[in-house]
Amino acid sequence: MSTSSSNRGISRRGFLKGAGVTAAGAAIGESAVVAFAEESAPKGPKIVGPKPLSVSLKVNGAEKSAAIEPRTTLAEALRVNLDMTGTKIVCDRGACSACTVWIDGTPVNSCMTLAIDAQGKDIRTIEGLAMGDTLHPVQEQFIEHDAMQCGFCTPGMIMSCAALLEHNKNPSLDDVKTATSGNLCRCGTYPKVFDATLAAAKMMKA
Amino acid sequence: MAYVGKDIPHDSAIGHVSGESIFIDDIPPARGELLCDFVGSPAAHGKLISVDIEEAKGVAGVVAVLVAKDIPGHNKFGPVVKDERLLVDDVAEFLGAPIVLIAAENRDALREAKKRVKVEMQPLKPIFSIDDAIAAKSFLGPQRVIARGDVEKAIGSSEYTLEGALEVGGQEHFYLESQAAIVYPGEHGAVIVHSSTQHPTEVQSIVAEVIGVPFNKVTVICKRMGGGFGGKETQAAQPAAMAALVATLTKRPARIVYNKDDDMRFTGKRHPFKSWYKVGFDKSGQITALSIDHYSNGGCTVDLSLAVLERAMLHTDNAYYLPNVRITGQVCKTNLPSNTAFRGFGGPQGVANIENIIEEIAIKLGKDSLEVRRCNLYGSEEIDPQIAQIHADSEEKNLRKSAQSADEISSRLETPYGQIVQNNTLPEIFEKLPATSDYEKRRQEIEQFNRRNRWQLRGMSMTPVKFGISFTKRTLNQANALVNIYTDGTVMVSTGGTEMGQGVNTRVRQIVADELGISYDAVIMSATNTDKNNNTSPTAASSGTDLNGAAAADACGRLRNRLAEFAADFVFNDGEAGIAASAENIAFEDGMVWDKRRPDHRMTFEQLVCRAYIERVNLGERGFYATPGVDFNRETGKGHPFLYYTNGAAVSEVLIDRLTGEMKVTRVDLLMDLGNMINPGIDRGQVVGGFIQGLGWVTTEELYYAANGELMSHSPTTYKIPNVGDLPPTFNVALLDNSNNTVSLKRSKAMGEPPLLLGISVWAAVKNALSYASEGEIPKLALPSTGERILMALTSYMKERVAESA
Repeated sequence: MSTSSSNRGISRRGFLKGAGVTAAGAAIGESAVVAFAEESAPKGPKIVGPKPLSVSLKVNGAEKSAAIEPRTTLAEALRVNLDMTGTKIVCDRGACSACTVWIDGTPVNSCMTLAIDAQGKDIRTIEGLAMGDTLHPVQEQFIEHDAMQCGFCTPGMIMSCAALLEHNKNPSLDDVKTATSGNLCRCGTYPKVFDATLAAAKMMKA
Repeated sequence: MAYVGKDIPHDSAIGHVSGESIFIDDIPPARGELLCDFVGSPAAHGKLISVDIEEAKGVAGVVAVLVAKDIPGHNKFGPVVKDERLLVDDVAEFLGAPIVLIAAENRDALREAKKRVKVEMQPLKPIFSIDDAIAAKSFLGPQRVIARGDVEKAIGSSEYTLEGALEVGGQEHFYLESQAAIVYPGEHGAVIVHSSTQHPTEVQSIVAEVIGVPFNKVTVICKRMGGGFGGKETQAAQPAAMAALVATLTKRPARIVYNKDDDMRFTGKRHPFKSWYKVGFDKSGQITALSIDHYSNGGCTVDLSLAVLERAMLHTDNAYYLPNVRITGQVCKTNLPSNTAFRGFGGPQGVANIENIIEEIAIKLGKDSLEVRRCNLYGSEEIDPQIAQIHADSEEKNLRKSAQSADEISSRLETPYGQIVQNNTLPEIFEKLPATSDYEKRRQEIEQFNRRNRWQLRGMSMTPVKFGISFTKRTLNQANALVNIYTDGTVMVSTGGTEMGQGVNTRVRQIVADELGISYDAVIMSATNTDKNNNTSPTAASSGTDLNGAAAADACGRLRNRLAEFAADFVFNDGEAGIAASAENIAFEDGMVWDKRRPDHRMTFEQLVCRAYIERVNLGERGFYATPGVDFNRETGKGHPFLYYTNGAAVSEVLIDRLTGEMKVTRVDLLMDLGNMINPGIDRGQVVGGFIQGLGWVTTEELYYAANGELMSHSPTTYKIPNVGDLPPTFNVALLDNSNNTVSLKRSKAMGEPPLLLGISVWAAVKNALSYASEGEIPKLALPSTGERILMALTSYMKERVAESA
């Protein structure tokens, strides 16, 4: 409730009240624009939408804004509104992790995250993993170890593996397996993903 | 430097890891682009009474709402038999069969319009199962037979016989990138189609038929697929045709991308099979006769079902010699989306059956299944030099050899369809793999473990694969390639091969770089494009590199010869040293060209092609390749359908929880013969990935349908493909050192499909494990061996014991 609806120019609407408000508020999250209670009920959360609202997202260090409907997932916002198609959508329900991005350094399924929820946070996508022309060690080792075939799960897979190495400089094979346990790869590149990630960890330590 | 044989990273590696690789839905929207979707049949079988689209048309943002009668060309199509409809015009044959096609400017309008379409149907009785189809005699195509010898008599005189039935389940492709196409309208009715397809030529012809233009007005481009696995061989055509229809009628670009759920619900899968068998064998386990009747579930139309069935029949022998055999096959017509190609193309279903039979023979005789497999293997020529000599005498003779004359040479080399097994490396694999996998020792441990442990069961099995390489349809064994050299010495290659991650582009680049003696980086692959390569075959049957690589090599060979002649005649021909330059002495290597006899006479490839261009030498060439010798007569069930076989074997061990049925694969050892690999890293990836995909098919991937024919397992939340947790903790992959495959490009062997069939070893290991609990009974196990099925089997043994003791 950090942002009021008025300073975003959104008209107030009041169709959510009482217990539902709490649930919706909790589901939408702290940073979401929840400004919708009637004038007479100043304490209730507020609602935005369904029309698009101006949302600004910090993606790979750059502030980007676009008119996005509040129900839009981060995955859709990245692909459709911000033209960043490196992030892939497959199952669209958090069961395949193809859409993995980082929010404040933590890997999340961007298909299960609302774009408005990601405001004010540091979003990192596959496009922002390399430093200029220098690939991230995980990217480099994926190439070295042939850890991809068709490439469709690869961005999500790499974001999961690279996130692991951000937090764990000395991962075991089991750590890598845990980090990628949600990532589906139909080509069956998993063993090579493990090799590549462990090699990248070694490379980062060196 | 030679690139063939080296671990060159995948052609698209940098794009894939950086997110820059463009898949269909990553192409930015064009001005005025429309999104397409369809409303499908609410009944699996029903007659269309009426369609009301008026309300849908009124939705703001909706640009077109189309039904069958709006199709300017033909509504009928199909890869073999034209029995498919793009839009249902009379009878819907599966739940979700497209009836109304909608195009809108945004997704909301599309969604709203879909809701407002009213379809009225008169339901007809649907058929879903193979049993019901057989009862109703609902079939597609004729029954096929491959036979040799007097099977009835041989079974009658066998020491032992067994009979039974095996149900083999289907499999969802689950390519991560769903079916997708974008179509741009062009001038005078032409269209440009971007399609995620393994078969651009098929998409081209179907789009042309549907929109009513000649083939030359349709250009199909496929840069890459996010996985294909056979699912985009014929079935990429429908979405492309829908988008083309919209683009043609609205003159606006049109995009269609199925969401994962719709893709799973409305497109075809691997064919489920049910097969009834009767086998005769002796006390050593050697099969004396086999009679087997395969029935496949083809879904509602023919699609590729007849060819899939044929390959299942041609692989029912797998690696074993069957002296008297009768294999029949029949495709059942049911009210499911038409089943289609899937990596292995019927081969896995055929092989699962014979491996099931072998396991049962072993249980019946109380023998280790490895022993039974060994004594049934096809022979190898190395073992019998006399046979090798006879084979070497005449290739032609081999092709035409009748069953009788082959018997005189050696009955243990001839397949049921008459092809002689040559260069068989399986006997060698059967020597090596049990040793490296510690088979005997582990067998003893497993037996002890199972005797002592009340709560867990272990099982192990080794199954081989002998996969026939070539399309069984002779025509498809051809490819063309275009190689263009530019004046800076760089080369652009295009072939009919489509890239779905398997690495065909990488391998072709390696081949071209070597053939022209230039650097790998100087060669790039164009997107597969029907205006560069016409009448192409699907990238399928594991033959993408074999065919397209050979066609590219053919083009390079002719370019090199022409450049060598030019170099000899115009460039190195100064006569100073008294030796006239000649074309055969011109070498191309490391980006340099020189006269081998006067190595100081050299120039870069770039300099040479520049000179050649100035002197008006043609620097482009089209190559062609047609696989020699292959032919198969499906009427007689005889012929020489395969150029060669790819062999391998796997030993898999499983651990089962007796109380829950939960199964874990604890160890897998793979040994494959891939000849001289063109790209060992990528090829190895195919082996590992193929095995994992096979592992999923035989264990957890269960297609579950509601009573109305609706697929309930239509997302990864309900359909379980292997993830990292399903991998065996010990997974050893080895490759056989073999350079004997002289018939194929660079002595390599195709490896796209064969490793998938090794997944069957896991299923066989489960069956083996159950045999330790079944008290001498032969355990019956359908495929996949889900935890539920394992538990049901274990419970039934327990119930019997309880009943006996009561």
